[in-house]
Amino acid sequence: MKKNKVTKMMAALGVAALMLGSLTGCGSSNDTAAQATQQDAAETTTEDTTAEAEAAAETTEETEQPAEETTDKAVSGTITMAGSTSMEKLANAVAESFMAKYPDVTVTAEFTGSSAGVEAVLGGSVDIGNSSRNLKDEEKAAGAVENIVAIDGIAVVTDKENTVTDLTTDQLVGIYKGEIKNWSEVGGTDEAIVVVGREAGSGTRGAFEELLGIEDSCAYANELDSTGAVMAKVASTPGAIGYVSLDVVDDTVISLSLDGVAATEENIKAGDYTLSRPFVMATNGEISAQSDTVQELFTYLQSDEGKELIKSVGLIIPD
Amino acid sequence: MNGHGKEEMSKDNTNSLTSNSRQIKRIEGIAQAIFTICAFFAVLAVVSITLYMIVNGMPAIFQVGIKDILFSTVWKPTASEPSFGILYVILTSIVGTIMAIILGVPLGLFTAIFLAEVAPKKLAAIVKPAVELLAGIPSVIYGLLGLMILNPLMYQWEKALFRDSDTHQFTGGANLISAVLVLAIMILPTVINISESALKAVSPQLKASSLALGASHIQTIFKVMIPAAKSGIMTAIVLGVGRAIGEAMAISLVSGSSVNLPLPFNSVRFLTTAIVSEMGYASGLHRQVLFTIGLVLFVFIMLINITLNVILKKGEKEDD
Repeated sequence: MKKNKVTKMMAALGVAALMLGSLTGCGSSNDTAAQATQQDAAETTTEDTTAEAEAAAETTEETEQPAEETTDKAVSGTITMAGSTSMEKLANAVAESFMAKYPDVTVTAEFTGSSAGVEAVLGGSVDIGNSSRNLKDEEKAAGAVENIVAIDGIAVVTDKENTVTDLTTDQLVGIYKGEIKNWSEVGGTDEAIVVVGREAGSGTRGAFEELLGIEDSCAYANELDSTGAVMAKVASTPGAIGYVSLDVVDDTVISLSLDGVAATEENIKAGDYTLSRPFVMATNGEISAQSDTVQELFTYLQSDEGKELIKSVGLIIPD
Repeated sequence: MNGHGKEEMSKDNTNSLTSNSRQIKRIEGIAQAIFTICAFFAVLAVVSITLYMIVNGMPAIFQVGIKDILFSTVWKPTASEPSFGILYVILTSIVGTIMAIILGVPLGLFTAIFLAEVAPKKLAAIVKPAVELLAGIPSVIYGLLGLMILNPLMYQWEKALFRDSDTHQFTGGANLISAVLVLAIMILPTVINISESALKAVSPQLKASSLALGASHIQTIFKVMIPAAKSGIMTAIVLGVGRAIGEAMAISLVSGSSVNLPLPFNSVRFLTTAIVSEMGYASGLHRQVLFTIGLVLFVFIMLINITLNVILKKGEKEDD
């Protein structure tokens, strides 16, 4: 027994010693290796950085003069925005890319609602008031200027088999309130209507219900949490009706016309299509009376880069 | 001679032995410290999650009132006068889970019996990996299949059943049944694997005595083996409940996600899908209420875990 113990202990010791040895061995070899790589890295980085610095110096020299010419309005400072929650996506995208382009500018955006936004810009607490509706006459009278930067359009879609191609606004309201339950009631075949919509809080749902005046009185059979889900559900369900942002409509669904007006960019720009709304960035007084930074923001929005940005968040460029 | 030599050797080694034993102790100590730190990470996670849920879930309860959240049926979080009643959502989670258990447990238990007792070895060698594969399929795949296969099928039934109904809202097949079927399939692997090991752990003497007394194989399974494996099977059921109540991805695709009374052909929203579907754009009080829903779910899961612990302890006592 004793012998056994001794051998066991010796074995354990041996293992421990081996482990220690290997550990220290590893440590030391690693250390040297690490040092070597560090040195290498240091050398290469210094070389790189010097090269880069030289290159950078050259480019700055080259670009400085034209840069001074175009940005002589000294784009630095802050722009504050407040207003529509529906414009959150657009405002954040604009703020982000504008700040990336002009690192000296800080753009902040709050989302308090359209009316509050216009009030804030008139009160002078912010530079831009975001409003997802046309300005009211009294707001314009108080000095607010309506700068429409984008238009939001919503398409009403059904599955491919549907024979109905046109609905009146009243019929659409009836369908979404759950009063019209069968396509035969609006001139289609005898097929139950499956009402598909978005989840509470979605901007598309907010706009759709607001434009039709049916806030919080909709009877949804499906509340899906993404545009893609709505498209998929409508495309695959006979008798389904749904609404999506205009830019995602494809040929898996039929886009209905409303009161005889098709959901196209032209009709929306002309103001004939019901389910659209302007995104207004209101200023207190004309744009030319604003600070240089704010003027630059509007110039940016009208540039090709700005237009791409607006399109990328699914909006239509106004003429 | 030989023994003497060894004694000498061990004497020579005593010095290095004592110094090495210190080293061993140090290594042991370090290892212990590492294990302890690792263990504390898990505890830290549980404690911080619990605290976080309570801290974030409570404010809305005070602001809206616990009665208006838990016992009201109207969910209109973005209305001008918002209403945050989640009674239907809670009921859906409870009813859906119970229905999934009713469907899934017998199916799973019988499969387990088949695997543990009845199946010829070759067949078991096919079924067993299939069950394990079922456990490895991501939940979103279950959801997609439900969306593509179950929902259209359900819509056929729905149209046939409610042809003359004036009040029924057609959901296109996205309903409670679809969700329950998906959940039932999803809990199968859990139920099968745990019940099977429970059945296999039943002492062979018990089975042999029962057979020797003249009971048939099936009688033995139902009268002797299942009662003996009771605590293991209960564990399987409770874990199945846990899986079902916590599942979000799959059922968010098939359930329709409208807040309704959990009737078979209604579009319904579960506690999990309520959080998932609205977290994206929710703000202010709406967001806080979503955290409260999370807290409710958390309480449910905790209750399930406590039940599980009680069952396991009982099982241990019985075994003793």
